[in-house]
Amino acid sequence: MRATSQAFLENAERALGDVQLQRALENVPRGFVTKRAAARARLPEFDALRDEARAIKDHVLANLDLYLEEYERKVVEAGGHVHWAASSAEARAIIVDILNAAGARRVTKGKSMVSEEMALNEALVPQGFEVTETDLGEYLIQLRGETPSHIIAPAVHLNKEQVATDFRRHHRALPAGRPLHEPSALVAEARQVLREKFLAADAGITGANFLVAETGSAVIVTNEGNGDLTQTLARVHIVVASLEKIVPTLEDTTTILRLLARSATGQECATYTTFSCGPRRPGDVDGPEEYHVVLLDNGRSELLASDFRPILRCIRCGACMNHCPVYQAVGGHAYGWVYPGPVGAVLTPALIGIAEAAPLPEASTFCGRCEEVCPMQIPLPGLLRKWRMRAHEAQAPGTTPWQGRLALRAWGWLARHPRLYQLAARLGVGIARGFWARYGRLVGAPFTSAWTRYRDLPAPEGGTFQARWRRHQRHRQLSSAQWRHKGPGQ
Amino acid sequence: MRPQRPETAASARTAGSAGRTANGGQSPHVGLFVTCLVDLMRPSVGFAAVKLLEEAGCRVSVPRTQTCCGQPAYNSGDCAEAARIARQVVEAFEPFDYVVAPSGSCAGMLKRHYPALLAGGAIAPERVAAFAAKVHELTAFLVDVLGVERINARHDGRVTYHDSCSCLRELGIREQPRRLLRSIKGLELVELARPEECCGFGGLFSVKYGAISNAIVARKAADITATGAPLVLAGDLGCLLNIKGKLRREGRAVSVRHIAEVLAGMTDAPAIGEE
Amino acid sequence: MSRFDQRDEILARIRRALGAADDDPERRLAVMKRLFDHPPGTVPARARRPRDALVAQFISMLESQAAQVSRLERARDIPKAVVDTLRRRNLALRIRHGSDPYLAALDWASEPALTRHLGAATADDAAGLSRALAGISETGTLLLASGPDNPTTINFLPPLHIVVVREADIVGSYEEGWAQLRALYGERSLPRAVNLVSGPSRTADIEQTLIMGAHGPVALHVFIVGSD
Repeated sequence: MRATSQAFLENAERALGDVQLQRALENVPRGFVTKRAAARARLPEFDALRDEARAIKDHVLANLDLYLEEYERKVVEAGGHVHWAASSAEARAIIVDILNAAGARRVTKGKSMVSEEMALNEALVPQGFEVTETDLGEYLIQLRGETPSHIIAPAVHLNKEQVATDFRRHHRALPAGRPLHEPSALVAEARQVLREKFLAADAGITGANFLVAETGSAVIVTNEGNGDLTQTLARVHIVVASLEKIVPTLEDTTTILRLLARSATGQECATYTTFSCGPRRPGDVDGPEEYHVVLLDNGRSELLASDFRPILRCIRCGACMNHCPVYQAVGGHAYGWVYPGPVGAVLTPALIGIAEAAPLPEASTFCGRCEEVCPMQIPLPGLLRKWRMRAHEAQAPGTTPWQGRLALRAWGWLARHPRLYQLAARLGVGIARGFWARYGRLVGAPFTSAWTRYRDLPAPEGGTFQARWRRHQRHRQLSSAQWRHKGPGQ
Repeated sequence: MRPQRPETAASARTAGSAGRTANGGQSPHVGLFVTCLVDLMRPSVGFAAVKLLEEAGCRVSVPRTQTCCGQPAYNSGDCAEAARIARQVVEAFEPFDYVVAPSGSCAGMLKRHYPALLAGGAIAPERVAAFAAKVHELTAFLVDVLGVERINARHDGRVTYHDSCSCLRELGIREQPRRLLRSIKGLELVELARPEECCGFGGLFSVKYGAISNAIVARKAADITATGAPLVLAGDLGCLLNIKGKLRREGRAVSVRHIAEVLAGMTDAPAIGEE
Repeated sequence: MSRFDQRDEILARIRRALGAADDDPERRLAVMKRLFDHPPGTVPARARRPRDALVAQFISMLESQAAQVSRLERARDIPKAVVDTLRRRNLALRIRHGSDPYLAALDWASEPALTRHLGAATADDAAGLSRALAGISETGTLLLASGPDNPTTINFLPPLHIVVVREADIVGSYEEGWAQLRALYGERSLPRAVNLVSGPSRTADIEQTLIMGAHGPVALHVFIVGSD
């Protein structure tokens, strides 16, 4: 997909003006934030598990080559195939080859952010493959030609009325007058329509939450069971996953699983966690005949060598975006590419380049909640800051405009020249006070429009502290006892 | 308005010393890091801080060479500029026993970010670490370092408190300001519905992404209004200016003050943005 | 292997990024040791309770995830319980299950009205029956292993899924479940699919309203069977 991250500000302003979207976004804090807090409170070991999970992933990343080899060995042993793709284009080509070789035309898909990253559907559909997203949220946005706005709740931006309209438009075979007011009716209809797709599919493509090196298993975590129908019913199962999804053992997977659902939705665990390990075995009466894993690098091996390595610990729970005030305000589409929220603001510049995504690392108040709730303890604000430094060094477009840069430079220079600084401060405060005295407000005052467009600018109290303090000190030396009773005057 | 420390410390104080001191029995010498926003926008917060510190037995100095902590440059990715400013701050404040700021944001910058920012620079890491160790946010300093447990002051009415993100998450300050506020006679502390949420200020974020900042502070303003308290307090002037600006734009009659003003009993002057 | 395959190049890039050599015996040893020792992390205290508490927790966790739970005294009560469950839900007296010896050994003749279909599930099956290898108490989770005994499709296609788990197979933690799997399938080896199931299929993708029966079973009924 074409990134519009460079236009984050415009995207965000559009999102803020979108009444439907704003209504839908109210569900994010109401649902995810309170439930996560409750789930964490129910598990006293939560923070100990976070420490362990982080250590597991750091260990994996430090030995990623060896774990990948071991994982591959186990998949091959079980009769599966492992394909290695350096780029999204290669991964797409590999998948097309697999489908063509198997004579597969009808493809169902489980939810996979990596497949969004590689723009897989955009490659498959023009080549005549019939691709159906089966995660309900993904299906809803596929009908609309949209991209996910959240990594675990891709259609969180939609209302049920919009869904009903889309269903009437696309499900033409169903009676026109059917009632579709309730979410339950919408889910029942999607179940019916998608059931046909599952049963007819030649190939099923899923992502993976984890790849277990010990057993060569791909793990998917879902509530709907769509991933399981996708990978069990079709002749061919293709797993697409990025390199860093590796976890050493079942025990290590367990440690991270104990954090995943709790951090994501506040559930004790997801409804379905499935370990799939290769194709149908002798005696099996179901399961795929072919099993492929496509491992995608797409820049990860470079991240491994950079300051941004910790982002590779991410398990895509979405907690950072659920708790992010910026995400809560503008939703996921404003971020302009595949991964939204704080994790997206770190990953996007890494995967498509800082020049294409410089506004994203700026989209943070550094409030720190993302880092606080991240189950993998990724220092997200710190990584955003590193991107700001890189953008500053590279003079990447879309960060601070030249006037801003100039003003910052002037401020920095003044800050290093205290006497001049204090003179300028007194002057500035004096001007502001004068403006206030004359107009009764600071709206329209020089240099304030970016603020006063949305808020009033409270007037400075008068004088600078430094100046008043010096005066006060002189006064105090004269009558040292007086101040304690009367308090400091101006 | 007189901070009270526990018995042992209080008796030590009557004996002419200030409890826990870093210089062998003398009153601790505090360098007040005023912060640029207090300097420019709300000098009375600085005086309130001085008063609280002196009442608690400290000697307070205000180094003249201080200007800004360097966050605008640092948060814009300009580390070189931020480091130059940081170096100046460290040098200006090294002589003091403690460095206290009436701001979680600036204290967090000095305490948590200077060590990384100044790594490999002209000042040895041990010196920066020693500096960072003695930096404190005002309310945390009063409670954690000076052992102040009660404030002998009076403030009649309901008050709500906004935690700044830097106090809450960078410095882990949650209970200290509440403990001091609850000790004030007549003051009823009402919590916000979502006390851990950001007000949307974020320094330059508030002007770079004004529309988003506005959407965030609108929620905060609604939460504040919902408490029914006529006064909201916080420990960071950035949050306070943002919150007051929004409340005022929405025509809400909620007053806004820095927590130090109430603790110091200095609420005679008009509240922020009112006169 | 595909014509696009970049295996060696990618592995070389990773090694360069890590500054590591592929033949570093110490790294390899550490990795192999972890894979074979599979050390456990923190096991929550809730998974280390007395047996009765573990069973009670297993039930309450499942119920809180919208599963129905029945306790049966003996295995021979299962056929009647299946029939009762189907009747209560106004379903035809037909059930799909695999060749699990535990299920096969039951006295199905005691319920002559019940028709059983063996093998993989089809789209027409209204109810399926499986046996779980273990029940994991800490989250109320059934551990199901694929194979002809318990085909995976039964877990997902029929709208009603009935799962039998012996009370003796209820364990506290996932780690104990893995130990059982290793005992059955060997080290570093799993059945083709391991399904951890903690309730009926659900979605909250429309306005975060929780709806049961997204794609998989609309209802999950668990029979906990006491010792014979």
